[in-house]
Amino acid sequence: MLMRSALAGDGAAYRELLGALAPALRAFARRVLTASGRDAGDAEDVVQETLLALHLKRHTWDPSTPLAPWVWAIARHKAVDVMRRSGRRAEVPLDGLEDVLTQGEPETDGLEARDARRMVALLSGRERAVVEAMCLSGASVKEAGAKLAMSEGAVRVALHRALKRLAAAHGG
Amino acid sequence: MKTEDLIAALSADAAPRGPSLRTGVFLALAGALVVGAVVLHETLGVRGDAVAALTTSARFVFKFVVTAALAATALNLALKLSRPGARIAAAAAGLAVPALLLAAAVGLELLVVPPARWGAHAVGSYWLTCLTFGPVISLGPLALLLLALKRGAPDVPWRAGLVAGLAAGGIGTFFYAAHCPDDSPLFVALWYSLVVAMMGGLGALIGSRVLRW
Repeated sequence: MLMRSALAGDGAAYRELLGALAPALRAFARRVLTASGRDAGDAEDVVQETLLALHLKRHTWDPSTPLAPWVWAIARHKAVDVMRRSGRRAEVPLDGLEDVLTQGEPETDGLEARDARRMVALLSGRERAVVEAMCLSGASVKEAGAKLAMSEGAVRVALHRALKRLAAAHGG
Repeated sequence: MKTEDLIAALSADAAPRGPSLRTGVFLALAGALVVGAVVLHETLGVRGDAVAALTTSARFVFKFVVTAALAATALNLALKLSRPGARIAAAAAGLAVPALLLAAAVGLELLVVPPARWGAHAVGSYWLTCLTFGPVISLGPLALLLLALKRGAPDVPWRAGLVAGLAAGGIGTFFYAAHCPDDSPLFVALWYSLVVAMMGGLGALIGSRVLRW
């Protein structure tokens, strides 16, 4: 399974897995937000925070259990977080989550083009430089390292710290 | 940030990092046992007749059995509570094991001890020491367990903290039992439970803050 390879450090498998999860998470987030009478505009926040949490908490998945319940539990938790932050009572339906897996990818409405600088502004120094290089300019670890005169290991560490900081800034 | 870019960044960070949650908790448990033993040794020490009592006193042995059962089942539940989407029913039911052991022991004690002595057995002679040093010995284990569980992702942080507190209380009273001269299950049911409850409350309080993610 992809997650097993990903946990073993296979970046390509990991990318494929997260890429496959994103549309399902997006559909889930929109459904949850609309069901609780909110604007679906926060959906991309839920998607990104869920992806970030899946990443930073990936060691909490027990490989002897199915992946889906783990993913949806994290998505639900992050959806509640986002809704709580946006005020009003947060309620997430408990069942039928797996249905969204079978739905196609919804329109994106340009939601992805949210203010990137706002997130990056939370970081400073090398972490910021690494995230800017990799997330805004799309550089690989190697390219970012060459550009910033950092070793690949240092880029990875800075990236990892930056991701954790972003997660923390999201109230995690 | 575009989600695609976030995914790219996350997959660039795919290198395996740190032990599994279970391994982390086991390491914390090992540390907790060492800390518990050291704190007991440095403060109260083991009671003089401990080795002899292990073979002659079922009541003395029972104290270790019930506290170890509590620590093991609570730790197992805390681990499950820290895994998103994990099935927790069986692990939660596991907490009944120490509870039933204690209930059975109390029942037996009430049968063999005349009612006139029940009060004396329950109050014992050193309940204040128990209420003081039980928590003192449990504090280090609680800190270590919470540290390990901080890597987890509990849906309800205070609940995971509470159960971690019960486990720490189990570990703390396990070591205190080696000093404690009061062996009656009535004493254990009253004072050890109080120590465990205190640790559970403390764990819930701290957990609600530090275990959020």
